[in-house]
Amino acid sequence: MSAGGPAGRSGAHGPLRGREPFPDAARRALADTQLRQNLARATRTIRARRAEVVGEVPDWEALREAGRAIRAEATQRLPELLETLEAQVVARGGTVHWARDAAEATRVVVNCVQATGAREVLKVKSMTTQEIGLNTALERAGIRPVETDLAELIVQLAGDTPSHIVVPAIHRNREEIRQLFRQHLPEAPAALGDDPQELAAVARRHLRQKFLRAPVAISGVNFAVAETGTLVVVESEGNGRMCLTLPSTLVTVMGIEKVIPRWRDLDVLLQLLPRSATGERMNPYTSMWTGVTPGDGPQTFHLVLVDGGRSRALADPIGREALRCIRCSACLNVCPVFERVGGHAYGSVYPGPIGAILTPQLTGRPGDRVTGSLPFASTLCGACLDACPVLIDIPQLLVHLRGVARAGARQGRRPPSPSTLAMGAAAWVMADGSRLGWAGRAARLGRRLPAAGLPPLARWLRTRDLPTPPPETFRAWWARTRRGRS
Amino acid sequence: MVGADPARPVVNARTVVLGRLRRALQPGVVPEPIVRAYRQAGPSPPGAPALLDRLQARLLDLGAGVRRTAPDTVAEVIAALLAARGATTVVVPAGLPRTFVPGAVVDAADRPAPTLDQVDLVVTGCAVAIAETGTLVLDGSPDQGRRALTLVPDWHIAVVAAARVVETLPEAIARLDPTRPLTFISGPSATSDIEFRRVEGVHGPRTLDVILVTTGG
Repeated sequence: MSAGGPAGRSGAHGPLRGREPFPDAARRALADTQLRQNLARATRTIRARRAEVVGEVPDWEALREAGRAIRAEATQRLPELLETLEAQVVARGGTVHWARDAAEATRVVVNCVQATGAREVLKVKSMTTQEIGLNTALERAGIRPVETDLAELIVQLAGDTPSHIVVPAIHRNREEIRQLFRQHLPEAPAALGDDPQELAAVARRHLRQKFLRAPVAISGVNFAVAETGTLVVVESEGNGRMCLTLPSTLVTVMGIEKVIPRWRDLDVLLQLLPRSATGERMNPYTSMWTGVTPGDGPQTFHLVLVDGGRSRALADPIGREALRCIRCSACLNVCPVFERVGGHAYGSVYPGPIGAILTPQLTGRPGDRVTGSLPFASTLCGACLDACPVLIDIPQLLVHLRGVARAGARQGRRPPSPSTLAMGAAAWVMADGSRLGWAGRAARLGRRLPAAGLPPLARWLRTRDLPTPPPETFRAWWARTRRGRS
Repeated sequence: MVGADPARPVVNARTVVLGRLRRALQPGVVPEPIVRAYRQAGPSPPGAPALLDRLQARLLDLGAGVRRTAPDTVAEVIAALLAARGATTVVVPAGLPRTFVPGAVVDAADRPAPTLDQVDLVVTGCAVAIAETGTLVLDGSPDQGRRALTLVPDWHIAVVAAARVVETLPEAIARLDPTRPLTFISGPSATSDIEFRRVEGVHGPRTLDVILVTTGG
C-alpha cells in the first residue's frame, strides 16, 4: 500500500492486498517445509485446546445462537449504535473521531500523537491498525511505533507481516525468534536459549521501562458497548493493561463493526471469544474502560471510528454477514487450506476463511486478480462454519463472493446484478469437474441447515420448495460403486 | 468533537460514514430478539462451598496460589506469605482494612505510577470472582485502588470474600458497573505466542495469590 492510501485501491500491494494471486502465493508457501511444520504444530495444539474447553460448556450452542443474534443486531442497527456509542464516550470525557478510509484514519491518529509532542508510541496488538497501515504512516511522520504484544514485536523486529489474527507470529518457531531477539534486542543475553519462558523474559525486560515512561499508547478494541460507551480489550500478557493504564494519552482505533448493543451482551461474547480464540476458559486479562476516569488511567482519550469499506460490505445483504466476525481465528485453525499454506499466502492482514470473505469486501475490488482470488482459496469443506462462534456461514459467503469476483472481473467496476452473480457462481462451479464435486458435497452439508441460511434465495423460496439434496451425490455414488472399474 | 485537521473537518467524515451506513441498510428491518437460552446463573448461590472449591481448582490450574482462611486470620496468612518470599515493600489501596498488612504503604493519588515498580507486593480486595473460569474482577473500589496499583508490582495478593464468588460470567456481568474501569484477571500474566506453548509471567504481575475468606471458618 502506498502511504496509507485506501487499501487495494491502486492495485499496489498493501495490508489487504498481496503481490500475487492466491494460487501463486500458495504454491510458493507449500514449498516451505519449515513453515508447514511450524503451522501444523501450532494449529494442532490450538485445535485440541479449543475442542477441550468448548466441549465442557453445556450451553455452547445456545451461546453461539445468542452470539449470532447479537452480532446480527449490531450490523442491522450500526448507524444508530455508533451514534449512541459516540454520545456515551463524549459524555464521559473522551473525544470521538470518524474516518472514511485508511488514509483518513491514519491522519487522525498521527494528529492525535503529534498534539502530545511524543516521538515514540506504544501499541497494543490491533488488527485494525495493521489493516490501515498505521505503523508506516507513523514512521513517515517521524513517530516510532513500538509493538508490545510478544508476537507483534516478533513480526515487527523481523520486518514481517502478521500471518494469523490471534497469533501473528505463528509462522516463526522458537529458534527463529531466539535469533531475532539476539540480533535486535540489547536486553538479550549472549547465551540466550530458545526456551519460550526465557524469550518472554527478554521481552519483559525490553519493554518494562518503555511502559513506565511512554506518554502515548495506541490500541484497538474487541468490543464497544453502545449503551454505556464501554470499550473492551481482551489480552494475555499484560501489555494491553500497561498501555491502557500508564500513558497519559490513549488513542483507540476501532473498525465500526466492533460495536455491540448492550452491556449484557458481554455475557455471551466474553464466553465465546477466549474459548474460540486461544482455547482458554478465560484469557488472563480483560480491560474495560468508559471515557476518562479521574485519577485512574489516561486522562486524554481519543476513539477513532474507521469505516474502511465496512459500509460497502454492509450494503451487500449476503456479504454483510462477514461483519459479525469477532476475530477469534477459530476458522483459521481448522481450515485445511490455511494449515498448509499459512497466512502470508492470502496477502492480507486478514488471512484464512474469514480473511477470504472479508478482504475482497473491505478493499471494494472484488474483480481484482489478487483479492478476487481469495474466495477461491477454499475447498468449501465447512469446517469454518462448524467452528465459528457466531455462526457465520463462511462457505456460503465464499461461493457468493466467487460469483462477485467473476462478475467483477468481466464487467470491470460496474456492480453486478444478483442474477449475474448467481450465474457467475454456477458457471464457475460447473466449469470444472472437481469443483462440481465440492458443490455437491456442500449442498449435502446444506441439508442440515435451515432454508433461512440462504438469504439470497429467501424470497424466491417463500413460494417454492427447495429440493432436498440426496444424502449421496451422483458423483459420490458413482465413485463408490464403480471404484476400480474405470 | 475535535477536528484534528482544520482543512478537513472530522465532522464531515461522520456525516459521510453515517450516510453510507444508512443507505446500506433496508429501512424498516427490525432485528430479531436475542434468545438468551444460555445459563444466566449456575445452580449454586454466591459463596457456596462448591463454588469456592471450583474457584480454587481453577486458580491453581492457572498457576495462582490459593489460601483459605477465616476473617480474623487474614493478616496472619498474608504475614506468612510475606515472610516466605521475603517481601519488604508492600503497598495497599486506601480502602483496604489497615489490619490486613500492618506497616504497608498506602497508595496516594499523587504518587507517580512508575514508582510502583519499586514495590515488591500489592494487596487488594476484589469486586467479584467467577468460579467457572477462575477469574477475579477489580472495579477500582477503594479496597482495590487504581488500575496501575495491581499492574506494576510483580506480586499481587487479592483478598476475596466468599460472598463475592459467583459461578458464571453472566452473574458477574450483572453485578458490575460498566462505567468503572474494570480489570478481569484469570491467573498470572501469560503468553502463548511462541509455538502456542503457554508461558506464565510476561508484563503483568508474575505471581498471583488469592486469599479466600470464608465466614464458616
